[in-house]
Amino acid sequence: MNGIVYTETVVHSAPERYALEAPYQIAIILLEGGRRLTARIAGDRVAIGDRVTLAEDRDGVAYYRKA
Amino acid sequence: MRPVAVVGMGKTPFGAFPDQDLRSLSVEAITRCFRDAQASPGQVEAFYLGNFAGPSFAGQNHLAPYIAAAAGITGVPATRFEAACASGASAFFHAFSAVAAGMYDVVLVAGVEKMTSQPTPVVTEILASAGDLSGEIRAGATFPALFAMIARRHMHEHGTTREHLAAVAVKNHANGAKNPGAHLRKVITLEQALAGKPVAEPLTVYDCSLISDGAAAVLIAPLERAEEFYARPVVIRGIAQTSDRVALDEKDDITTFPAVRRAAEKAYRMAGIGPRDIEFAEVHDCFTIAEIVAVEDLGFCTKGEGGPYSASGCTAIAGELPVNASGGLKSKGHPVGATGVAQICDVALQIRGEAGERQVARRSLGLAQNLGGSGASCVVTVLSAA
Repeated sequence: MNGIVYTETVVHSAPERYALEAPYQIAIILLEGGRRLTARIAGDRVAIGDRVTLAEDRDGVAYYRKA
Repeated sequence: MRPVAVVGMGKTPFGAFPDQDLRSLSVEAITRCFRDAQASPGQVEAFYLGNFAGPSFAGQNHLAPYIAAAAGITGVPATRFEAACASGASAFFHAFSAVAAGMYDVVLVAGVEKMTSQPTPVVTEILASAGDLSGEIRAGATFPALFAMIARRHMHEHGTTREHLAAVAVKNHANGAKNPGAHLRKVITLEQALAGKPVAEPLTVYDCSLISDGAAAVLIAPLERAEEFYARPVVIRGIAQTSDRVALDEKDDITTFPAVRRAAEKAYRMAGIGPRDIEFAEVHDCFTIAEIVAVEDLGFCTKGEGGPYSASGCTAIAGELPVNASGGLKSKGHPVGATGVAQICDVALQIRGEAGERQVARRSLGLAQNLGGSGASCVVTVLSAA
């Protein structure tokens, strides 16, 4: 599944359950077909407009990486 | 519907109070409110409480009768309202509706939150429960992260800059320094605001409201009975509550909040005014970007111009439309459930001409905007002198 980054942020102050993973990047991805979802970004940082592709699905969370 | 007035108000200072709990904070605010109105608990016909997460922060549930009884009020309806950060104004909206409809005459509204007894990661997690746990929060979003994504998109579409965001923080800190009840009475410079520790990029600690303890209370009654109370009455001219989807990723355009636009339109229509008539406002600056979006959605400036408008000085205490003369959530503090009620107190205080060093010049018509989550709940209230 491919999509485009609609917006993103790098989270430094994380909730308790993700505290050990910070800083990490999340983004709202505009998927082909028009659906949107909030995903974690794996690998290189992305910016608005970047093309991304699904890297993996871990514990119900979609991880996308730069296409 | 009959005219309704705020006939008394009371607040605790906002801050970190290790020796106070939800109940003692609420009773302090309510006691001050009764003193202001020269009213007594026996006159109260119903009690409306705004509280977001007392059960999560403090473990205590069934909060409305718990607090009412401690304030000397029993035997009347006592109910807690939860609408995330708009819990306080939601309680106020429903109290207003009941009095306007003639159900009751004298009604007490309070808002409270006790947040500082938990470490920041736990507070962050509790606050995040106001988002969509099945999607955005599971992916690792926090409230600063959701508003950071709004900021990024606003910057992308409208050219809003880090300096525009920082200007909001600098202004609200300058205002809060003049407010004896504010949590962080500290003037900051633009350079400091820009160099803050990152929370969720591009937002730094200076873009985020504070984790605070505090409570606020107001007494409302039909305008025709206002003279029975000591305080100068402040009339609720227009009020509306609206809702929208909870998840940010379910919104088509995240640079605007339809719930705010709709609440403002309805409140303006009810008051028979337009946005240009508003003389000053208290808006929900949970993050600096939220104030920029609010001044656009409330119609104070055109869409996309909130950044330059906020940086121009228009919204300073001496500006043409002062915004957050109290210091806002940024400097005054943000005990979540108390915030919406405290905003009503702050606007009423200005209308009564009792705001001291932070008094605005034009003070006959003011607005309060309380936002819940990333725009899923909103209450807009227009208040005026009698």
